[in-house]
Amino acid sequence: MSSLLAIYAGAFALISAALSVTRPNAVHSLLYLVVTLLALAVCFFALGAAFAAVLLIMIYAGAIVVLFVFVVMTLPISPEAITRERALLRRAWPLPVLMSVLIVAPFVFGEIGLKATGQPAPVSAQEVGKLLFGPWALAVELASLLLLAGLIGVRHIGRSDRSPRSGS
Amino acid sequence: MTGSDLIGIMILAAGLFAIGVFGVLARRGMLFQLVALEVALSGPALGFIAAGAYHADPEGQGMFILVLTLAATEVAVGLALFLRLRRLTGTDDSDAISGLKG
Repeated sequence: MSSLLAIYAGAFALISAALSVTRPNAVHSLLYLVVTLLALAVCFFALGAAFAAVLLIMIYAGAIVVLFVFVVMTLPISPEAITRERALLRRAWPLPVLMSVLIVAPFVFGEIGLKATGQPAPVSAQEVGKLLFGPWALAVELASLLLLAGLIGVRHIGRSDRSPRSGS
Repeated sequence: MTGSDLIGIMILAAGLFAIGVFGVLARRGMLFQLVALEVALSGPALGFIAAGAYHADPEGQGMFILVLTLAATEVAVGLALFLRLRRLTGTDDSDAISGLKG
């Protein structure tokens, strides 16, 4: 429960996230995304949410990044594509930076005057399970419905055009 | 953890979200936009975990699990659309499909 460690790891995640969204090479971008997620997992662990930290490493840094790596393997990373990506980014950054600053400014100035009171304590996985399968059972069902809709949608989008259309 | 620590972590979470929004707006390659979307979703996740830890409440981690489900679905659908885009147009520029066909 060291909040200093949590803030340190969170700042590390912030820096590697900024690097991740500005790299012209897709593989470098993914590697910085992994660094961001691992730093966030350290932050979660320091905040006393060990279950969430393990889930973050297993699902985000494991499953989701592996999905990205599979797609990147089908992608030809040529020097021309990297130079094009770099040129595009050099031209297009000022307006998005302005919009992001406008988004984050109310958060920063709204939080500084905040007076919060609470008793921090680590939350165990048992309590999370009791919550999810008790009062939040409907939300879990909706999440499973979302996963089913995603599965059917991906099956439909990824269908090859050459195969005979069946079912739809 | 004191209140000022919570405020610091909340500002970090807002910064993560803003960096993700910047990536979605500034990049044109669809794969980079999906990576930026992941970064943007991890900001609210950090906010939920920090608030749950501060109030010693399991609901923060419950919301984190729901965000995780959303992120997994979004990446699967987004990557399928990306592969479809490359098969259809031969580029990975998300501006290449700016029109609809009835």
